[in-house]
Amino acid sequence: MSANPDIALPNKRAKKFMLVNRRPPHGSIYAQEALEVALIAGAFDQDVSLAFIDDGVYQLVVGQDTQGTDSKNFSRTFRALEDFGISKLYVERESLQARGLDAADLVVAAQAVSAQALGELMARQDVLLSF
Amino acid sequence: MVNGDPFTHQAASTAYHFTRAALQKGHEILRVFFYHDGVHTGTRLNVAPQDERDLPRLWRELGVQYGLDLAVCVSAAQRRGVLDASEAQRHGKDGDNLAPGFRIAGLGQLIDAGIDAERLVVFGE
Repeated sequence: MSANPDIALPNKRAKKFMLVNRRPPHGSIYAQEALEVALIAGAFDQDVSLAFIDDGVYQLVVGQDTQGTDSKNFSRTFRALEDFGISKLYVERESLQARGLDAADLVVAAQAVSAQALGELMARQDVLLSF
Repeated sequence: MVNGDPFTHQAASTAYHFTRAALQKGHEILRVFFYHDGVHTGTRLNVAPQDERDLPRLWRELGVQYGLDLAVCVSAAQRRGVLDASEAQRHGKDGDNLAPGFRIAGLGQLIDAGIDAERLVVFGE
């Protein structure tokens, strides 16, 4: 991360960035590369929040084991978000319930919100990035 | 932000048409940031069949015409083998393939564009 020359850019106005994660953590690299964007946005001192919807809620499930799939287990990185100034994590309640999950199954503390509340949160963002 | 591979996903084509239409309407495009498989747009070594559209070439031409900033994410590009000359040298590779008109950029350039632009539009996949 420190090798990235962009991090040294001067601070500008903070905008509200929301990264919307809809895909499962493994099977494609989207979730992992989305997390890289989140870390950089945090390093830029932006007002960053992460939303997890549909199979995206699986990204936060605790106890992932990727040994059999040759893929990187990056779920622990979610715990590092706080160090990058990112503490707003939202999971869509309906998506959790549909998959038989609740807050205790997640690797980090995330706020469960209804689809409607999440929609209202999205409407207040400056930038929405969907993955 | 263009996430789709230029030959696999319609989204990459939609991104091109959107950008061209916006420019023709007089809008300013601050930057086109290629991420995920979208970084394959930045290669100069693809060969499209004669009867198929060649999206990397179309982007290059649009870039020249309007002086676009065509930025390819460095980390996504390294994973997928899209390198400029200096990246290739730094990693000990025997060749580079970044097309003229494109440049390698950090993810910070995406965030920066999100801060500076009125709108940031994401094109999947």
